Amino acid sequence: MTTTGSEQNKAPGSTGGAVGVNANESIRQPLWLLAELTYACPLQCPYCSNPMDYAKIKSELSTEEWIDVFKQARAMGATQLGLSGGEPLTRPDILELIQEARNLGFYTNLITSGIGLDASKAQAFKDAGLDHIQVSFQASSADLNNLIAGTDAFQHKIDMARAVKAAGYPMVLCFVTHRQNIDQLDEILDLAINLDADYVELATTQYYGWAMHNQDQLMPLKEQLERAEATAHRYQEEQKGNMKIYYVVPDYFEERPKACMNGWGNVFLTVTPDGTALPCHAARELPGMELPNVRDMSIREIWEGSNDFNRFRGFDWMKEPCRSCDEKEKDFGGCRCQAYMLTGDPAMADPVCTKSPDRHLVDEAIQRGRDEANKTAQEAKPLVFRNPKNSKEISGL
Amino acid sequence: MTDKTFNADSVPVLALGYRFQWEPAQDCYVLLYPEGMVKLNPAAGEILKRVSEKKQTVDELIADLKAAFNGADLDDDVYQFLEEAHDNDWIRAE
Ligand code: SF4
Ligand code: SF4
Repeated sequence: MTTTGSEQNKAPGSTGGAVGVNANESIRQPLWLLAELTYACPLQCPYCSNPMDYAKIKSELSTEEWIDVFKQARAMGATQLGLSGGEPLTRPDILELIQEARNLGFYTNLITSGIGLDASKAQAFKDAGLDHIQVSFQASSADLNNLIAGTDAFQHKIDMARAVKAAGYPMVLCFVTHRQNIDQLDEILDLAINLDADYVELATTQYYGWAMHNQDQLMPLKEQLERAEATAHRYQEEQKGNMKIYYVVPDYFEERPKACMNGWGNVFLTVTPDGTALPCHAARELPGMELPNVRDMSIREIWEGSNDFNRFRGFDWMKEPCRSCDEKEKDFGGCRCQAYMLTGDPAMADPVCTKSPDRHLVDEAIQRGRDEANKTAQEAKPLVFRNPKNSKEISGL
Repeated sequence: MTDKTFNADSVPVLALGYRFQWEPAQDCYVLLYPEGMVKLNPAAGEILKRVSEKKQTVDELIADLKAAFNGADLDDDVYQFLEEAHDNDWIRAE
């Protein structure tokens, strides 16, 4: 299960008076290590943010190599570890990796679709020191879920969510929303209440990888979002003190971009299955990346010295309107990958910003989604599911 | 909110999913939770250290702190911090 950008909204940061954040260091330590352990995944989500040519990636880091990555990142001050993928549970050494990570002092998060999890594993992970499991759902109705995941996984997930709670973890559910399920928010939240969830994250699809390819079919309508927001707020009120609900308006429908990754090379470090180190999990798609690999360089060399990690650090790389904008310290000019995908230039302002001369590109994408939604079932483009066959086809293998 | 969560007999415990530890790279105590970290100032660190190490009442906790810090008068500070920590969902009362 790939994370869907939610971590961007909940980065380590300040809360309350007990916090002293050291702000003005030029290069900070990586606080978050996202370990994409594998691209193997039994699901085929069309909103997956894995690269479309993932089938090309052959050699995954070994157990020892991952442990070494954990050690190095930890020594540099990383505290949060996300074990993700693909589906991290397909790694036969997952228990060992959890154990090592915890021994190193990481707060370990397992980000899973729930496939491959069972009650005894949830308990074994707990005993190994896993702190947190996030189970991701595609929708609340079995049909839609199976459609979106391309497989019959729904009942199992409900069982898994219960097993996670029974093993003594907080239950953290993540629902990735898009045009084809966002009208079911009531049902989604009722399901979460039913399962006794502690946190529910209503993540919006981020258009990278497969999701970008399927953008027209996933893009929600404005009126859907208005309803969804009202619903989310109603449930937030009702569930106060019980269940925390995070709802974020998709950035395309905002006037300012998200503070992507809390700044490039600032707190996040992603390591992909083959050992490529990235400032964000979508950055592989940018042109001109050197893609340093943990097999060739230390994490410190990569973090502090590599061109990739320095490329969009700070503000010097910015063009107008960002360069002279007084909001640049808030959003860092938005997402580099989004800027590149929409404008062809990764140093432009994120076109989500209404100050960007390219904002029309975002509005056009929203409009294309509406046009697509108005088509009959026969006219509509089919969703392209993330699977090895499609990956090979798309990457010309 | 004027309601107080803690009194002398309540037992503060870390909320589910929260972990407390010393962080050498930050040179401070931190509270880790799903997808985030809070750096604690020394006073907050000393209080939460005791909360995480052993189940005890607020009274016992305060006595413990006083013993460690030369009998300083810190009742109000402790109560204030506990309420604040509770409002942030870091701890709950048992
Ligand atoms: S296909 Fe779905 S479950 Fe698998 S990695 Fe992609 S988003 Fe995650
Ligand atoms: S112009 Fe650039 S820095 Fe200013 S708000 Fe827009 S994206 Fe952010």
